[in-house]
Amino acid sequence: MERYSPAARSDRYGSRINRTQSPLRASIVPYASILIGSLLPFVLLADVMPLAPPLGFLVLIAWRIMRPGLLPLWVGVPLGAFDDLFSGQPFGSAVLLWSLTMIALEMIETRFPWRGFWQDWFSAGLAIVLYIFAAMAVSGATPTIHQLIAAVPQVLLSVLLYPIISRMIAWLDRYRLSRSRRIG
Amino acid sequence: MAPNSSRRSGHSRRAQYSVFTGYLLAGIGALIGAGLLVISYWQPGAFADLRGAATDVAAPAGEGASVVRSGSDSFWDKTTAYYQAGQQNTALREEVEIARIRLAEAEAVEQENIRLKGLLGLSVTETEPVAVARLVGSSSTSSRRFAYLGAGRNDGVEIGMSVRSARGVVGRVLEVSRSSSRILLLTDSESVLPVRRATDETVAFAEGRGDGLLRIRLINLGINPLEIGDIFLTSGAGGYYRPGVAVAILSEKTNDGGIARLIADPSATDFVSVEPLWQPEAVESADTPIELELEE
Repeated sequence: MERYSPAARSDRYGSRINRTQSPLRASIVPYASILIGSLLPFVLLADVMPLAPPLGFLVLIAWRIMRPGLLPLWVGVPLGAFDDLFSGQPFGSAVLLWSLTMIALEMIETRFPWRGFWQDWFSAGLAIVLYIFAAMAVSGATPTIHQLIAAVPQVLLSVLLYPIISRMIAWLDRYRLSRSRRIG
Repeated sequence: MAPNSSRRSGHSRRAQYSVFTGYLLAGIGALIGAGLLVISYWQPGAFADLRGAATDVAAPAGEGASVVRSGSDSFWDKTTAYYQAGQQNTALREEVEIARIRLAEAEAVEQENIRLKGLLGLSVTETEPVAVARLVGSSSTSSRRFAYLGAGRNDGVEIGMSVRSARGVVGRVLEVSRSSSRILLLTDSESVLPVRRATDETVAFAEGRGDGLLRIRLINLGINPLEIGDIFLTSGAGGYYRPGVAVAILSEKTNDGGIARLIADPSATDFVSVEPLWQPEAVESADTPIELELEE
């Protein structure tokens, strides 16, 4: 009998023989990563000015752009409500802004079906910039010129962080779909 | 990369309906968000319980992070101190000399204080802190500046109490839940604090600018008497803060006051103490609408 090379029996999701994907893991990982992203900036102590990138939002749009159709269109409501509990924004701001973002990204995708890295980064960057300034507008305080200037480092950091986040999401996606369950 | 073909609805009526339903639900979600936002503006305390419960659950994680933060701070401090030991030694020796002189002066002042207070018949009471706890988290992404404290209603913390570190004022308690509370930091753009200059009775308001600095606005306009390096203390006006706690140091002069930097940097503090309301009667009467007072 001809022998196959061992590598032929597996792909990037693991061995193809006798293994299957775990449905629990496949459905939980995206949501868990977004919730953790919302929670992480809470434990950082930045008193002077808002510097931490809105990680929950970044992870959400990274999943949305990486895996279109994985997250339902209305997912901004529950995830945004969770984010609002910890972000310090008035309750409802992320519910509104995340829902609008999901609709906007869906429309961009139908309008420009062919896309690549640069276009993804561009649309994600645009979404981040608009999100941070819109969040400032609905934060309940009267926006001042000093606040706008103070937000610039945060905006830059968030936009530059997007490619790294999307790499991490790609890694999480491989982990999500890896064949971990043994059959038979 | 184009989206996979299953995402295109094509002529399938069912797929078209599901796309339409998705948009509809997301649109309704956005409207719900707008509605919640309006409620939040109208009744700022409407979701305080929900938020408080969530913070109670997340506070232990923040507690862990704050232990790590203060631990890593001290490690860094130790390393830098090792490199600067020689210079620091001479500088510290000079400082100790001066401190001894100042201490003697302070003793004299204290004596005089006791004598004068005896003349006036005032009794001095040192305020006991209600609770001592760690800052467990902050709103580090939002343009509002809030911090979260690892002590709540169970520890006796109430809304309006002032929060201070060993260096000076940090902020004021805004919302209280069972074992955590939300603090409005001085740098938030909605925070206003009555202050006075340490050296005389020049009174002013210290308003947060939202970018980490405070704007000092003098109450009596005229020639601006402030100098760069002036230290501002709480004046006790309004009844929330005990007078004489350090707040800010002036770094820049403007027409109607100046720009000041915080003395108590919350991210550098480990533990903070919550102090009771300075004058509860004053706060209560300020909160009562005038119409109500007339009726009584």
